[in-house]
Amino acid sequence: MVKFGTIRETAREPARAPDPQTTPLPVKVQVERFSFYYGDVRVLHEITLGFPRNQVTALIGPSGCGKTTLLRAINRMNDLIPDTRAEGRILLDGENIYDPQVDVVRLRRRVGMVFQRSNPFPKTIFENVAYGLRVNGLVRNRRELQERVEESLRQAALWDEVKDRLHESALALSGGQQQRLCIARALAVRPEVLLLDEPASALDPIATEKIEELIAELKRHYTIIIVTHNMQQAARVSDYTAFLWMGHLVEFNQTEKLFTVPREKLTEDYLTGRFG
Amino acid sequence: MREGQNAREERWRRRSDRWAHRVIFVLSLTAIMTIVLIFIFIFREALPILTNPEIQREASLRHFFHPMEGPDLASRYMWQPVALVPKYSLIPLILGTLKTTLVALGIAAPLAIAAALYTSEFAPPRIRELIKPAIELLAGIPSVVLGFFALIVLATWMHRLFGFETRLNAITAGTALALALIPIIYTVSEDALNAVPRSLREASLALGATRWQTATRVVLPAASPGVFASLVLGFGRAVGETMIVLMASGNAAITSWRFTDSVRTLAATIAAELGEVVFGSPHYHVLFFIGALLFVVTFAVNSVGVYIIHRVQLRLRGER
Amino acid sequence: MTVAPRTESPAASLIASRRAIFWERLREQVPIGLLALASWLIVAMLGIILGNIAWNGAGQLSWEFLTTAPRAGMTEGGIFPAIFGTVALVILMTIATVPIGVATAIYLREFVPGSNLAYAWARARAARQWRERLIGLGHVVEILFARATRAAVNNLAGVPSIVFGLFGLGFFVRFIGGGIDRLFYGGELTYGQPAIIWAALTLALLTLPVVIVSTDEALRAVPRELREASLALGATRWQTIWHVVLPEALPGILTGAILAVSRGAGEVAPVLFTGAAYFLPYLPSRLNDQFMELGYHVFILSTQSPDVEKTKPLLYGTVLVLLALTFALNAVGVLIRARVRRRLRARS
Repeated sequence: MVKFGTIRETAREPARAPDPQTTPLPVKVQVERFSFYYGDVRVLHEITLGFPRNQVTALIGPSGCGKTTLLRAINRMNDLIPDTRAEGRILLDGENIYDPQVDVVRLRRRVGMVFQRSNPFPKTIFENVAYGLRVNGLVRNRRELQERVEESLRQAALWDEVKDRLHESALALSGGQQQRLCIARALAVRPEVLLLDEPASALDPIATEKIEELIAELKRHYTIIIVTHNMQQAARVSDYTAFLWMGHLVEFNQTEKLFTVPREKLTEDYLTGRFG
Repeated sequence: MREGQNAREERWRRRSDRWAHRVIFVLSLTAIMTIVLIFIFIFREALPILTNPEIQREASLRHFFHPMEGPDLASRYMWQPVALVPKYSLIPLILGTLKTTLVALGIAAPLAIAAALYTSEFAPPRIRELIKPAIELLAGIPSVVLGFFALIVLATWMHRLFGFETRLNAITAGTALALALIPIIYTVSEDALNAVPRSLREASLALGATRWQTATRVVLPAASPGVFASLVLGFGRAVGETMIVLMASGNAAITSWRFTDSVRTLAATIAAELGEVVFGSPHYHVLFFIGALLFVVTFAVNSVGVYIIHRVQLRLRGER
Repeated sequence: MTVAPRTESPAASLIASRRAIFWERLREQVPIGLLALASWLIVAMLGIILGNIAWNGAGQLSWEFLTTAPRAGMTEGGIFPAIFGTVALVILMTIATVPIGVATAIYLREFVPGSNLAYAWARARAARQWRERLIGLGHVVEILFARATRAAVNNLAGVPSIVFGLFGLGFFVRFIGGGIDRLFYGGELTYGQPAIIWAALTLALLTLPVVIVSTDEALRAVPRELREASLALGATRWQTIWHVVLPEALPGILTGAILAVSRGAGEVAPVLFTGAAYFLPYLPSRLNDQFMELGYHVFILSTQSPDVEKTKPLLYGTVLVLLALTFALNAVGVLIRARVRRRLRARS
């Protein structure tokens, strides 16, 4: 049982700056005293943490803790929901993405996203991957387009499975393939940060394993932030883990440390399955 | 005693349940019966055109579609049912119907689809709540009122604006007809656009697409079968619409390709002539034949439209 | 797994130059502006039509206009017989269409055993006893019937109103009416001619889909828990429908009725040959009387008048009355329906 008092105290503690010891690497995305509101309800409370470059950071916590909201805040997808409001700053390479002068389209080009449920466009496999390149005018000719599509599909470890059926509907792919297609689609525009919102929650174990292998491979080139409700998955794929609880950041540390020697009682309770 | 009363009550309850079921079932036969009866009673009166040699001497499929001797198009295909030698070519009527339909769809489709795209993708909620009901209300104006407006007001304005030779023509009638099509095309298209899952819009925006790119390259293509269905249903309505074209088209059955000539449509012909026709005459059967033609065309067109909408719904539900 | 080397693009600033923003906004906002323009154009058309009619018609409205009959070859006087005829027509129509429409919707939503044809068929085939098998086959037939009915309702809504007019003439006037005359009146022409009852029944069939669709929507909005609670208390299916479901669905049924009346009151083509009269010196008092109708009156005044300019004020007045009747009802119906739909959405 978790004592209520303990929770309140932990939760109320001022937002902590990232411990230099835990983040020795350069920071790609820095969240600073960031709060988020749905109407009058505050769902994120002054979150502060830095996502290290070329590492995988997992956001974990019970459902409704705000992990997906935080993820969607990083490429401002929350802007699409009416009656929401953000406070504080999120810096991408030192630039505040909530600056009123920021062009959201430019931001999303640099911060790609893969959603919980695979959502390929009802187009061909090729057109799905080519879409981001086309709308952003990133390629000059047909040959370059084909190269980039192939490159992305290879990166997503999907090329060998679909190279003979590029012009068939993407909806004919299996669930796991669809999700990897969505990753390829996001990679095609060469983002710097990749946001993954429970990318394997709707997949079977084998498809999940493939996605996890892929994530490990991709971190060489991308800064990856992944939301997951599955703690084993967080332990397997991530280098750093942030534990959120009721809109508060409870603990942020190297995954290994957080899972073996959590500093907070609340983290320990969650990891040992006492709630959540 | 009490036992007996309870049992009686129970029996009555069961019996009333059974009878309610039966009565409701019988009443619900009406919809199917109506379609069947329309089919039977329209075709029964149209059939002599194909079977009765007496009637066929004056009006048969040959008369309907085969050209007569004549120097020009207009005299080869003529609709003159009350002449000394009645002429029953359906070509001018079909051509007239197509001309008004084309004009109406040409005006209504871009406007209605643009409005549907605007309200579903771009309009702020406040404005959407204003435009949507306004367009739905347009559907509530009786077609005779639209016909009246076209005849008394619109025809004069357009006559002054474009200087048509004839005041009432395919363009005037088509414009008025467009007012009746807009609500249908708008409503069905908007439903189709709204049925596109939000996740597709998010995926597109997350790739750095603008809202306009998302709307035109993802949402509209995904909804295109529904939008197509809206045009199909609009076409069906345009072909069958009677009062507007009866009042605003000039009602001259001229075979010509010009949109500025007066036209007469299939539906308007029935409305204009059935009142004065002799029961059982060839003319009477010809009018029912036209009715059968309209019924078949609209039935087919409508079935296709509804089928597409149904398929789209299934697909989008399956995807989610 | 082979991963192609990825060339790092130099990190571009998130903040665009003013010029770039200007052009991007322009490219984005101009097409959206055009869409908005199209939308407002439609609304403007509605406004122009309503405004024109209200402006020109309002001056014509007077007690005399509403309560007296036309005079002097319909170039003077009022439109009372047309109002009376329309109201009588619509009342008769409603009496016919609402019960049938509501019953059909109830049948489709409450009595059809599921909608999964394959499942019903498999169950019927797997049944051991002939009695069970018969019941199973009954279910299959009922599901098929329900599908056919839904298709029929959809198609009925698309049949042109002039075809309904032809049907009314062929079926109600000649077949039913003529049959009644032969059976009960010794062939004397009594019901076998255009009459208000035939026009009303024709309109009833035309508006049937409106009532069915509205009622169906309303029934769908009734939560299943309510039905289950009632059934669990030992009520029969019919008792549940009558005491629980129908009261809940009443606003939707009302909407259907209102929309049907609005639609029926404005239709002209179906009554052209089934009962509407050019001019009558008396009001209809029996079911087999002919009647004057507002929509038909508008049609006659605007197309057959010897002196259009002289009758124009009368015409505008008539149109305004017709519009007030149909349009006001329609607006009320649309408003109630919007509320029912909101409830439906809140529930699903």
